[in-house]
Amino acid sequence: MSQPTPVMPAPEAPVKSLAKPEMKRTREGFGHGLLELGEKRPNVFVLVGDLSGSTNVSFFAEKFPDRFLQIGIAEQNMMCVAAGLAALGKIPYLATYGAFASCRSADQMRVTVAYTDLPVKIGGAHGGISVGPDGATHQAMEEIAIVRSIPNMKLIVPCDYWETKKATIAMADDPHPNYIRFGREPVPVVTDANTPFTLGKANVLREGKDIALIACGVMVYEALVAADALAERGIQARVVNMHTLKPIDVDAIERAARECGAIVTAEEHQVNGGLGGAVAEVVVRTHPVPMELVAVHDRFGRSGKQEELMAAFGIKSPDVIAAAERALRRKKG
Amino acid sequence: MPRLQLSLDELRERALFVRRDIITLLARSQSGHSGGPLSSTDFGTALFFHEMDVNPERLDDPGRDLWHFSIGHVTPVIYSLMAERGYFPLVDLLGFRQFKGHLQGHPSKHDTPGIEVSAGSLGQGLSVCCGMAYGSRFDRSTRRVYCVMGDGEQQEGQIWEASMFAAHYKLDNLCAVIDYNRKQIDGDVQDVLGIAPLADKWRAFGWHVVEVDGHDIPGVLAAFDEARATKGKPTVILAHTVMGKGISFMEDDYKWHGVPPSVEQAEKALAELGTSLASWTRRLETHTARAVTPSANGGAS
Ligand SMILES: Cc1ncc(C[n+]2csc(CCOP(=O)(O)OP(=O)(O)O)c2C)c(N)n1
Ligand SMILES: [Mg+2]
Repeated sequence: MSQPTPVMPAPEAPVKSLAKPEMKRTREGFGHGLLELGEKRPNVFVLVGDLSGSTNVSFFAEKFPDRFLQIGIAEQNMMCVAAGLAALGKIPYLATYGAFASCRSADQMRVTVAYTDLPVKIGGAHGGISVGPDGATHQAMEEIAIVRSIPNMKLIVPCDYWETKKATIAMADDPHPNYIRFGREPVPVVTDANTPFTLGKANVLREGKDIALIACGVMVYEALVAADALAERGIQARVVNMHTLKPIDVDAIERAARECGAIVTAEEHQVNGGLGGAVAEVVVRTHPVPMELVAVHDRFGRSGKQEELMAAFGIKSPDVIAAAERALRRKKG
Repeated sequence: MPRLQLSLDELRERALFVRRDIITLLARSQSGHSGGPLSSTDFGTALFFHEMDVNPERLDDPGRDLWHFSIGHVTPVIYSLMAERGYFPLVDLLGFRQFKGHLQGHPSKHDTPGIEVSAGSLGQGLSVCCGMAYGSRFDRSTRRVYCVMGDGEQQEGQIWEASMFAAHYKLDNLCAVIDYNRKQIDGDVQDVLGIAPLADKWRAFGWHVVEVDGHDIPGVLAAFDEARATKGKPTVILAHTVMGKGISFMEDDYKWHGVPPSVEQAEKALAELGTSLASWTRRLETHTARAVTPSANGGAS
């Protein structure tokens, strides 16, 4: 811990109305980010595995057809073709469903991309259970565990449209391989065009000293809703948007542990090897405090509506609130 | 930098040197692959000392041809070709697979200058070369891209994904070479999982196919010429070879895929190649400078 902590500093990002949030798709943020990159950077290429529409790389394809590469349904090839382009100094972005990007082409990501440390930018669409009706095969819930364990990889799980767009653009500046996970369905917008985004630096969206809610992806919104409800009971919860899973913001986690004394993590991902584990790795070696993990508990998803599934799998705001209560009881001990 | 285009005699001598390097470095490391490196030696020499335009003095030379061994396990021949071509001093070969050396068991870009992309998991290299060939054409570069694959490696599905890609995008700046030595780890390729008829498969996938005796250097050079002249589609050269080629007791025996010779076996092998472990080790040890031209290394045969 470096600096002394100010008393209740202003949050780093304004929070919009939680009750009736604007809803927007994160994949659109990816698509729009690529469009902007296409204009700015002549060496950005986009590769896709027969999923142009659903990953929204179609925006780029229309505008920059000569730098758009249709690979067909061949994710392993796609990962390595991207590597070949990157070896020539291009910045290739590839897009497919996260379930396939992270699993079908994991070996290619590990050996050819990450071991060589090439700036391949991997877009994993349809992350998490919120994909809904497609069911378990298409609900990527292992990406954090897989990608985070590979050296040289960076991993971003943005929380909303704006953050996805900014992260997509920021990735081009990093000369290493990156993975970005985004979703299918519209999700609440909790940041705006001007919210700062720095790779590897978590954003505090709400200040609080009683407990810290550390979340990523769509769970950032759920954490904010939970923080509101906790505030009504006099509990001030800090909400940390941990958009970068790797490298994780050690400082922000250590500060949360020291200043709040209890932590709840929230993610739309398997509990094994996810955000919770990543945060715990920092907590145990800096400032151990009680922690509760809101996540999918070691089971495959299933078909259903987004809301329905999130509730059934225990990753809605009431689950975050319940976890906070458990953590607070342990904190008082 | 122009292509080296050594004469046939020089190429044959260079191939002999490479075989001696392979045995010597394996005898030192006591770890690594013998069979595939020896079957790849002759076409590899043709590639490095005649066909390709590479510039070991300036690794990022934008005009350079690109080469990539998808069979990462044949590092003994890769490193020997690189050292003999001047990428790094010959003496470094003696550090093969050692903790302190810069020559990893499988090619690593960040350890060995000149390796473009790391490799070691089979089946991925052709895809990498597809990306390089596509990007090179986009850049309007005249460079060519060369990919060396194994025959057992043909069992990897990803190769056929890449094969479709290269034909679809008409990558005629891409030339693949398959070390068709008919052996892999567990035995004969046809027994493990048949790949025949391999030429028909590649033709059906839209490639120009050239079959050649992979130890016949003039034949290999002609095959490379044919690949250069082929427009509108990529070319694959099926280089028919013998695993362990050049060492009587290693030839055509799959058991030599992944093991090094013992010191005694290495002595026997080097005697067959007209030298000895002590004298060839001395040659490697005393050549600490980059060996670029044939004359710089000459006279040791
Ligand atoms: C994906 C993958 N699976 C398995 C291996 C282990 N392996 C290394 S070499 C090899 C056999 C390759 O056969 P071939 O391509 O014929 O090469 P050769 O034995 O002739 O050198 C195997 C199975 C590997 N390196 N990568
Ligand atoms: Mg073989």
